[in-house]
This record gives sequence, C-alpha cells and structure tokens, in this order.
Amino acid sequence: MEFVNPEGLRLDGRRPMEMRQLRAQIGAVAKADGSAVFEMGNTKVIAAVYGPREVQNRSQQINDQALVRCEYSMANFSTGDRRRKPKGDSTNIACENAIFGCTNHWFMFVMCFVMANESIRRRSTEISLVIRQTMEECILTNLMPRSQIDIYVQVLQADGGTRSACINAATLALADAGIPMRDLVTSCSAGFLNSTPLLDLNYVEDSAGGPDVTVGILPKLDKVTLLQMDAKLPIDTFENVMQLAVEGCKAIANYIREVSFAREYQTAGVSTWLVVHKKGIRAHIQAPTLAWLLLDFQLSSHHLKLVAYTGVATS
Amino acid sequence: MLHSKTFNKKTRGGRIQKLVREVYLRDDIYCGALFCKSCEDKSKARLTATASTILILDTNVVLNQIDLLENPAVEDVVLLSVVLQEVKNKNSAVYGRIRNLIDSPARRFVVFSNEFHRDTYVQTMAGESPNDRNDRAIRVAARWYQSHLGEAVKVLLITNDRENKRKATEEGVSAETIESYVKSLGQPALLDLLVQPASEDVIMEEVEDMRPSKRKVVYPEHKPMSEITSGLTKGIYHQGKLRVNRYNPFEAYVGSESIGDEIVIYGRGNMNRAFDGDVVAVELLPQDQWHEEKSLSIVDEEDEEEDVHLVPGSSDDAPRTSIPVSSSTFDTNPVSSRPSGHVVGIIKRNWHSYCGSLEPMPMPAGSGGLVYALFVSKDRRIPKIRIQTRQLDNLLDKRIIVAVDSWDRQSRHPSGHYVRSIGQIGDRDTETELVLIENDIDARPFSAQVLACLPPLPWSVSPKDLNESNRVDLRHLCVFSVDPPGCKDIDDALHCTMLPTGNFEVGVHIADVTNFVHPGTPLDDEATQRGTSVYLVERRIDMLPKPLTEDICSLRADVERLAFSVIWEMTPEADIISTKYTKSVIKSRAALSYVEAQARMDDSRLVDPVTKDLRNMNALAKIMRQRRIQRGALTLASAEVKFQIDTETHDPLDIGMYQIREANQMVEEFMLAANVSVAEKILKEFPECSLLRRHPTPTKEMLGPLLRTAAAVGLNLDVTSSKALADSLDRAVGDDPYFNKLIRIMATRCMTQAVYFCSGELSPPEFLHYGLAAPLYTHFTSPIRRYADVIVHRLLAASIGIYKLPTIFRDRPQLTSIADNLNYRHRNAQMASRGSVELHTLIYFRNRPTDTEARIVKMRSNGFIVFVPKFGIEGPVYLTMRGDKGGGEWFVDEQQQKIRKMDGSVSYSILQAVKIHLEVLEPKPNRPKLQLTLL
Repeated sequence: MEFVNPEGLRLDGRRPMEMRQLRAQIGAVAKADGSAVFEMGNTKVIAAVYGPREVQNRSQQINDQALVRCEYSMANFSTGDRRRKPKGDSTNIACENAIFGCTNHWFMFVMCFVMANESIRRRSTEISLVIRQTMEECILTNLMPRSQIDIYVQVLQADGGTRSACINAATLALADAGIPMRDLVTSCSAGFLNSTPLLDLNYVEDSAGGPDVTVGILPKLDKVTLLQMDAKLPIDTFENVMQLAVEGCKAIANYIREVSFAREYQTAGVSTWLVVHKKGIRAHIQAPTLAWLLLDFQLSSHHLKLVAYTGVATS
Repeated sequence: MLHSKTFNKKTRGGRIQKLVREVYLRDDIYCGALFCKSCEDKSKARLTATASTILILDTNVVLNQIDLLENPAVEDVVLLSVVLQEVKNKNSAVYGRIRNLIDSPARRFVVFSNEFHRDTYVQTMAGESPNDRNDRAIRVAARWYQSHLGEAVKVLLITNDRENKRKATEEGVSAETIESYVKSLGQPALLDLLVQPASEDVIMEEVEDMRPSKRKVVYPEHKPMSEITSGLTKGIYHQGKLRVNRYNPFEAYVGSESIGDEIVIYGRGNMNRAFDGDVVAVELLPQDQWHEEKSLSIVDEEDEEEDVHLVPGSSDDAPRTSIPVSSSTFDTNPVSSRPSGHVVGIIKRNWHSYCGSLEPMPMPAGSGGLVYALFVSKDRRIPKIRIQTRQLDNLLDKRIIVAVDSWDRQSRHPSGHYVRSIGQIGDRDTETELVLIENDIDARPFSAQVLACLPPLPWSVSPKDLNESNRVDLRHLCVFSVDPPGCKDIDDALHCTMLPTGNFEVGVHIADVTNFVHPGTPLDDEATQRGTSVYLVERRIDMLPKPLTEDICSLRADVERLAFSVIWEMTPEADIISTKYTKSVIKSRAALSYVEAQARMDDSRLVDPVTKDLRNMNALAKIMRQRRIQRGALTLASAEVKFQIDTETHDPLDIGMYQIREANQMVEEFMLAANVSVAEKILKEFPECSLLRRHPTPTKEMLGPLLRTAAAVGLNLDVTSSKALADSLDRAVGDDPYFNKLIRIMATRCMTQAVYFCSGELSPPEFLHYGLAAPLYTHFTSPIRRYADVIVHRLLAASIGIYKLPTIFRDRPQLTSIADNLNYRHRNAQMASRGSVELHTLIYFRNRPTDTEARIVKMRSNGFIVFVPKFGIEGPVYLTMRGDKGGGEWFVDEQQQKIRKMDGSVSYSILQAVKIHLEVLEPKPNRPKLQLTLL
C-alpha cells in the first residue's frame, strides 16, 4: 500500500515530517489534584493525578521516596467497532460461567473471547508499567518520601499513538498537580513506511505492520526515558527514525509549555506568582506550578528569564 | 496550514462500519503553472506560459485514452489526485503509465492534490454517490484553476461523461469531449489513437449495418461476476491464468489450483474471448468431450500456420505437446485423460498493446476515409484485432503497435486502436525494435542520473584502491582471460601457479563491479530493472553503461583492474584443499580468444608461462569435468548458430553452428567451480537471504516426447535420475554420427530453464541444479552482464565481512521479487536473442535459396517438422498441398512415429534425414516467410 504518495503527501494530507494537530486542556477533572485532556489528531486521552498523598497500602510505603502508581485503561467506546474489550472482571467471570454450560462450538468461541481479553489485559498492564517507569524518571520522588502519587490515564478515542498521548497527558496532569519534576517528559512516535520516516503514525499507518518507534524524552535535559520498537530496522535507518521522533517530542514539549503558560495566565493573581519572560511572552505563573517551572528555568536560563518573584514555592 | 476533519462510512466484510479519518487541508499545494504569480514553489511546475489551454482530465478519459495522452501532441495537462486515485483503483497498468508521463521531464503533466487543498476539498453531500462526489470535486478543481490562473489561459475540462459535461457548462467551466478536443487540434492522425466507444454506441451500429454477416452472436455470454464468485466457491468453476500455446493459438491451458491440474481449452469458441494471461473462470466439459482437437495437424482453422523458427533451447519455449492418443487399434476410445473445459468469465484482463502489422487488404475507394482493418500480432497467441484507421495506405507496410479496447459477443475479433508505428516491415531496424518491444526490453540510452554515478574517465587503479585493507595485490600473478573473439566486456580471468608442494593455486578473478555500482544509486536501480545484458545478432544492449562494461570493469590485457577473486589450492588430482575469497587488484597478461587459447595448448613448441598455465588448467579442468559427469551432470547440446555479420551493412554473410572447443570447456569448468564455491559460502553465512540458482528435475510428462521418439528408433532411455539419463545418453550412439547430438538436443528441449530464487523461500532439497548435478549453484562470474551476479558479489563481500549487507537483503519479499524480475528479464533476453537470430536467418536466406539436409523431429497428419542442423532452425514440411487437409492420402503411425502413404510406396520415420529446399517467399506482399519444401 502507498502510505506516502509521489507528491509527498500521506493518506490524511500530512507530509512525512508533520505531526497531527495537538490540543490540550488542563483541569478536566475537578476532584483530582491535577488533570488534563490531551489530543493528537483523533487520539484523545484523559489523565488525572492524585497526590502526593498518604500511602494507602502501608506495606508498599517507601521511606526515602514517593510511590508512583499508574493505571492505564481504554474506554469501551474508544475504538468504535474494533472489538477491544477493556479489562473488567465482571465480563471475565461471565465468560467463565458460560464455558461450563455450553456446547463445544460455543466453547471454542468463548475461549477465543477470553484469550482476546487476556491479551488486552496484558497490553494494559504493559502500558501502565511503561507510563509509570517514564514518569518515575522525571518526578523528584525523593522530595516526597512516604507518599503516594496516583496517575490514571484513560484513552477516550484511539487513533494510533495512544502510548505517546498518555505520557503527554500524564505530564500535563502532573504539572497541573504541582508535583516537582526534573523536566517535562514528552513522547512521540515515528514509523518507517514506503522507505520514508513518518512522524506520529495514525491508526491506519500504525496497522500497516511497519516499525513503530515510540520515544519519550526529557527535552531540556536532552535525555531519553523511553524507547520502544517491536520490529526490525537497520541501524542507520533506525537512527533517522528515532531522530525524527525526538524532534516530534521537542515540538510537543514546546506546545505543552505554551499551554501551561496560557493556563497560568488565566488563573493568575491568586496568592504568589511569578512573572517570567519567555521569548517575549509575559506570563504569570501560579505557585503550585512554580516548583517545576523553577527547575525548568534553571536548566535553560537563556530561554527563561526570571524577572521577579514575590514568594517562595510551597507545596 | 489548516486542519479539518471528515467522516466516512465504509463497509468491510459485509458489516457497515463508521470510520473516522482526519484530512489535513493545506495551503501549500501549488498549481504547477510556471507563469503563475501567486504560487511560490515552482520546483514541480511544468505548465508553460505559452500554453493557451490547460487540460483537466476526467477519470474515464485517463482510463480509456492513455495512448492518446502518451502522444506528445497532448501537453499542459493537470491530473487531479481524485482522478489518479480512481485510475489506480480501476487499472494499475494505466496508473503506471500515467505516472511515467508525470515523471517524464519531457512532458508537461502536473499533479494537483485537490483532495488536500483548502479551496478544492469537497465533502460528500447527503445522498450523493461517490462517483457524483468525485465528478463534483473535478469540477470544483477546474473552477479553482480558472479563477486562480485568471483570464490569461483557458482551463478546459475534458470529459466523456455527458452528465458531468452538462453540469460543468452550467457551472461556468468550459468542458469538451475528448473527440471534439482532438478534432480541434487539427491532426487527423491523432484520431486513430482514440479509443472508440463500446459497441452499444451509434457509430458501431452503422458499422454492423455495413457488415451484416458479423451481426450474429459469435461467443457465449460471460457470466456475471456474482455468479462466477459463487460458482468458484461451490467448485463448479475453476480460476486460473489462461496461457495460450505459443505454437497453436487454438489451444490454451489454465493452471487450476482447485483441481490441481491443467485444464485444456480447445478452440476460440471455448476460450470465449479470453486473451493469453487473463485470469479466467473455467467450467469443465463433460468427460466424453475431453478430446484432442486437431492437435496433430499442422494447419489450423483459418489460415494460421506454423512458421519456421529457431530450435527451442528448453521446454519453456518449446511447443507444448499433449499426451498422445494411443489409437493404434480402432476400438480404443480416443478420449484423453486431461480435463478440458471452456471459459465462462474473465476475472482479470491482461490486455496491453501488441506489435504486429495489418492484414493485407485492398485499398478502399476514396482513401483517407475511415476504414476497418485487421491487425495481426507478431505474437501468434494473440487473435487478430480489428482497428479503425484513417491512414490505411500509410500503415499497410508498417509494423505497428495496437492496443485492445473491447471484445463483444457479436464480433469475431476484438476491437482495438492504433497506438504508433515502428517502421517499415522487413526493415532490419524495425524488426529488431519489434523484437525488443515484444520482449519488454528497455534499449533506451542511460539517463543522465545513471551516467552521473560513473567514476570519472580515464579511470585507473588509484593508490587508494591499493591501500584498501581488504584488497590484496595480485598484480604479480600471471593472470589471463579466455573469451569469445571480439569480446569487450571481459568479466572473468584465470590464473594457475604451481606451488612448491606440487599442488596448484588456481584463481578465478571476476570484475569487481560492486566497487562501482553501489546499492541505492540510480545506476543500481537501472541495473536491477534491466537485469541482464541482451545479446542480439548485431548489437548488444548493456545492463551497465558502456564505460563500465568495456573499460573500467573489463579485465583487459595489460591494464590494472579491480577484481573479486576466488582462489583455490588444488592437488594435481583437482581436489580442492582450501578456498579463499578476496577483493584484489590484478593485471591480465593476455586476453585470449577460445581459438587462440586452443591453438596455444595444441602447439607443443610453445613453452611460455601463459601456455604452460593453460595446459595445467586444462588438465585440471578435464579431471573436474570427468568427476562432474560421473556425479550425473548432463552434457546437453544446443543448436546454437553463429552469424558472420557484414561490418558495413550489418547483414548476415554466413551462418553456421557454434563450435565448442576444449578451451571453452576449460573456462566453463572453472566458472562452474567458482559459482559452486561461492554458493556454498554465501548460503552458509546467509541461509535466509542468499540468491541461488536452481534447475528443477524434469517431470515424467516433460520427458514424454523424448521417450516416445527414443522408443520409435529403438532406444531405451533411463530417466530415473540425471545420472541415469546422462549414462543412457552416452550409450545412445547409432550408425549415424549426428544421432547422439540430435538426441541430446531433444533432451535439452525437455528440460525447463534454471531459475534464480531466494534461499529462504525453499527447502534445501529444492536447491538442486539438475543439469549440473550440483546441490547448490549460483551466478557469480558475470557481474558485468547479469544483475544476479552483482547481488551475489554483495552477499559474498558481506559474508567475508568486508562490507555491510545492504538493507534490501533483510526484506525477503523484496528479494524474491528481484529474483522473479531477474528470471523474467533473463527469459526475455533469451527470447529476444532468439528473435534476433530468427530475423537474421530470414534476411540471410532472402537472396540465397539453399538446398540442405534436415532431420525429421516430429510427425504431423499432413507432413512433419524438420530440424535443420546447419542453421539451427526448425519448421514444417507439408506433404499435401494446403487446403486439401491430408485427404487421407497419408497415414501417421503414432507408435512407430512414421508417416506413410496409403499405398505404402513412401514412408518417412522420425529422425530420418531428408533433403530440403529453403527459400524465402512472399505469399502476400510485405509478409516474407521462410518456406521449407521436400526435394
């Protein structure tokens, strides 16, 4: 199949190095300490963060750092007709009951159903783990010993690149919750189809069976926190594809930064705030965000210039 | 850049599914006009400022009139992406051709991605069919072009869809049909290129009135697609590709997987308008109708007959023989065991354009008018095609290309249209070009991008090459090459040194082509496409540009050249002790011809180093050859002929069999050994992605004709293994000195050709090369003229760790497709060489009627087929006059392969020598043919 036509346009009209449209909204769940909805084209993910709070299960408590937990799930309606059942014990039990009372023919069918369910659950577990490990890398867990941070992400609409969208949403939600971080983590995927590196694959491109490289980076520290690929790719091609994904991550980081500045500008004037110059944009930042912004600016002082501040960050 | 979204519904597997896809609408898609002031990017712009009219084509125009579009008279064309998409879905061949036009720098065709442009994207309206939506998109784009480019140019929508044209005119877009546009150009010759609308239209009915005899229904109706699909699933019908017998166009075969056998189809009626290569649905006939229709007669229906042609080299190009009817007694029912059937529907057409000429016909009164003519393809498998032309007097003596448009039930012949003419019939250049076109050979000069990949000339070995750590300096060795006389592309050289231990160091040095042809370059892509050099009688069509083939890579005498060497240490008994592979620098001491090499070896007075080495090598080669034959390698014979060509006129002066000397066999032996060694090495290193060559074991059926002939002359051949066959061929010596060679030629003809394949695709037992009796074989020794060798060079370089394996080798399907292309090209190159030899044979005999001796090789009911050893040709000899179909005067004895006169006075048996007369006759003007008559 032709994924890039000779005119250099992809199936949806993008060029190979273009990302889908990004959209983000902070504070989508009022009850959570921090939350965000993140969209990459038709992929839509919601993330909610609770914490830092007391560890619920005492046996899991860690004395010198915070416990980070993550739960990933897909909404039942997220894939439309593609039958991807989410994890759910009730359906499983129903199936198991069904097995005993059925003829052979049905038995086979139900077995397949259970197995499909099983593989989906394995996938959720894997993605939860991937997100948790990525976020743990950037949260300053040692600042919050004996506490727990819960990250919930749910895919509302799936159209390829869910893993990346989840990580981006989680970053925004963590920032919204004011949890201190080394840097933002942003993630983006890139693929290689028709001998062309393609940025940010959508579902159609993703199902082509080509390589799909998902990268997560700390943009200011210029460090890679996540790198996943489940295909074979020659090393020199791989480097190009990965570089493209890294560029995508940086673009997402810029976008996320703009979104959070804009958000803080809206809610400015609360108690303590900062005035920061960023590329000529004057922004006011609310205190909880200060913790990570402060670090952010320290690491790249030529971008951000601290003009004045009237208070010290507290959390 | 603007973003927007759209919603589509799609069905898949019967279910209705709602799919949501994003569409990013852009403002950076440019109109492609060089004179446009508002579009910034002119890199892809082609439409010129002088253009007064810019054409926008509708899908049906592109699909049907591609031959017209390929004519340079049509320029400044905009192809909308919506049109291209539709064309691609409907006909990929046309899509490929239109893409070629777009890519051609000589043409002014541009693509406008209207589907992603901010102003031309249209959303499906409620209740609108996809077709209507696409038509509307075309009109919207046309309107956009007109307003974008302003009044300076006229934007013309070309559509043959009446409704679309009406709506366009209403919306203020100027629209015309293709016919009226071509007429307005004022070039009547272009009108011949137009595809005529299907027969329901008015024009055709007038024609039918003119020829009322053709009005009746000739062919049964094709079943509708739905019925075919259900028939296929139920097993009533069988699907397969129709292959027409090259030597009898009224017989075709459909290889069907569902019944695991070939279905034979006799007669045009049963073929029901299917062409060679079409994918068809076939219904089996009742078993009592499985008869052999006319397979024993030379003359067929109508007036088609067998031509004199070259002797086929293998079973792939030999006539198909059906299983014989054992009808020596009268009461046996002559029903064959092969299923036969008839075509009920055509699933996929394989129509393309065909080369040939018009059937001679009287000039109608009032020339210049529209006339119908019948086109006869050079390829005998293709039926005659009816075309419409306004330039009959111009075309009658020309070789022309014709494309097929349709074939309806009322018409005996398919209808088509004229594409272009190649040149005068009988003219050597025209006929040569015809051979090339027929075999899909690209004889165009290399493009500038390809030539840019060549190293600068004059090239010589540089110190950098010498210092390369992977390259061994072998300039001190006494290397020489042995090739046919006048060979300029020398790709192999040899050396042989006696070691102090008494062993020999033997080296095969092959031109290091991969040092100059790097993967991924235009040069490499071109070579992949060409696959092989093509050798015609009077010219050579190179796979690589001339500077490489004749200079930089050619291992000429007394110059330093880069090589890839295989070096063995051998005992005097020719046992290989060790093998070494390395890139090297060599300096050839002598470039000998086979004759020279032979003369040196035979002349006992000569004791120079080269001659001594030659003798040593020859001794080794003899042992190796002996051993190979003991293993069961077949010594096959072919009837290759050689022309002596006049250097001035390029006409053949003399013709004779190619003589094989010991020197040929010596070189061949070492090349085989090198190929085998390399095959072992690369397969060991890359078991999944090596390119090897295999020769399948012939099946019993394939050897059938050989066995029958042998039985008729009282010879018992054992074909259980290649060894057994080789032995019994050795024993086949008659009183006649030529007998053995004849049997070998016939045996060769029963084999299929060897093929390239990717080692990951087959299991090791299938790697066998039957003819050479080698478990593994590949091609390594001719990288200048075969692309397979280039691939093997890369594999070998990677396996000795001096280069990285190019990425394409990791992609097995792609490697397989390359191997398939190589097989296709290889075969075509052979067919073209044969075609060229046949052509020159005809030219040679034009002024030289000759009497010569021939051998009977096949019996027919009204004559026999003879083989003329001296000229390597084969053709029919008629015993009865044409027309009176045998008349029962002659009787064929299948068992003994004899043809007897009824009164028993004369009889001819197979392999018998007969005197014949060869002469070129022109039964019809401009259709010369070689005729064989019995003396």
